[in-house]
Amino acid sequence: MIEFKNVSKYYPGDCAAIKDVTFSIRPKEFVSIVGRSGAGKTTLLRLLLKEEPPSEGEILVDGRNVKNIKSKELPLYRRKIGTIFQDFKLLPNKTAYENIAFAMEAAGRAEEDISEDVPQILSLVELVDKADNFPCQLSGGEKQRVAIGRALIHKPDILMADEPSGNLDPLHTWDIIRLLCRINELGTTVILATHDREIINALSKRVISLDRGRVIRDEENGRYIV
Amino acid sequence: MFTSFKRIIKWGLTNFWRNGWLSTATVSIMTLTLLVITVLLMLNVVANVVLANLQNKIDISVYFKLETHEEEILQVKSQLERLEEVKDVSYVSQNEALIRFKEKHQDNPVLLQSLEELEFNPLEASLNIKARQANQYASINQFLESVYYKDLIDKVNYMQNKDIIEKLNKIVVDVKTGGLGLSALLALIVFLVTFNSIRLAIYSSREEINVMKLVGASKWFIRGPFFVEGVLYGLVATIVTILILYPLFYFLSPKISGFLPIGDVFSYFKVNLLSFFLLLLGIGVILGGFSTMIAVRKYLKE
Repeated sequence: MIEFKNVSKYYPGDCAAIKDVTFSIRPKEFVSIVGRSGAGKTTLLRLLLKEEPPSEGEILVDGRNVKNIKSKELPLYRRKIGTIFQDFKLLPNKTAYENIAFAMEAAGRAEEDISEDVPQILSLVELVDKADNFPCQLSGGEKQRVAIGRALIHKPDILMADEPSGNLDPLHTWDIIRLLCRINELGTTVILATHDREIINALSKRVISLDRGRVIRDEENGRYIV
Repeated sequence: MFTSFKRIIKWGLTNFWRNGWLSTATVSIMTLTLLVITVLLMLNVVANVVLANLQNKIDISVYFKLETHEEEILQVKSQLERLEEVKDVSYVSQNEALIRFKEKHQDNPVLLQSLEELEFNPLEASLNIKARQANQYASINQFLESVYYKDLIDKVNYMQNKDIIEKLNKIVVDVKTGGLGLSALLALIVFLVTFNSIRLAIYSSREEINVMKLVGASKWFIRGPFFVEGVLYGLVATIVTILILYPLFYFLSPKISGFLPIGDVFSYFKVNLLSFFLLLLGIGVILGGFSTMIAVRKYLKE
């Protein structure tokens, strides 16, 4: 359960990235957050990951205030939230396999677990034959699938996708969206931030619309209307 | 814990290898640093040897009146030896002075003949005094000028040599402080250059550090491999430096020894090879490790 309660975030110069945002997301839900560029989608996700603190209001994840997470506990908290980004954020000096394995190594998982889980994930994202390629040797869609694989490796409760298709062509975009739906069906909460009208309209899932930092619409089976 | 340690080492080595060009550039700069430091060290050693040599050449001589008894002179000698400033006193008797004089002037028959014609030995017995420090001759001279010895002593050649001794004194002090200051300055410059090049290397990895944070790696798990890389820069640079210096000293040593009053530079280097290696390794590893830690810290901050 994720709850945003009257959350605002101001940047220097009194510029409000998000303002008085309140909503909650139930476990295993698939929620799209839509809005134009600069509407506050990414800020919302950054606050949830505790990359920065909110200026006002509170964010609760499973009943716990994110503000109270100490910096020592932060790595543990972030492992519960898988994240994928528009620019993939892969480690350029590591192969597809190593990028996924690194997240497990960082969590201190045993070698046996790693050599068992990583191939499974690679086959889920259909990249078994590209396991030894470096990011520069992969296409955009493949890179994003590595990123999804990495996000899933800790079997997170929540998967956050920030414009995952922003850098992809329509064909690869649908690959990624189908993958996200499948992950959601397997029991993971998915939060998808996007400004892609076609995707939202085709998904017919819950949509939270943001405009200039405020929630202007929140509907089940929503459509992209801004 | 042990698994994490193993993984940190593994990633440090892998990154060092995969970032080939960056590693080569950083190792090159660090090698230059270590070379400069070694050359500075060697220059200090050479300068000290040369200065010690020069200082050894300074002494003052006390000439005793002809009628002074040997026991009295030896008494003065033992009193001088008790002085803290005095390193060494040697006694030259009248006979010895005569022998030395004859040896020195054996090609001058006129001088020797006129000496023969004298019925007594005109040469005075003397004491040669070496001080521990070049600036202590003044106080030794003062001691000799005290009332008690006035009747025994004919002359002290300090006044004649005073200017030279003082000038040499100044040179010794100047070279030592100047050399130390210059070495410190150069060392500081090369340290800063290395530090900055490592910071630049880390700067290119700042996005990577951010990604590692996002996938939930702990600070130590992020920092560790960079630290290992930094230490590796130091280790490899030390080995390269020694590999450059060994043949360099081998070929240059005969040329350096030719115009400086010191022994073989190469054999000095060879005898102290292990100390050199450990010293450079210490500097390299600390500089590499320290620089990476500071550089990474900046990007690790939330």
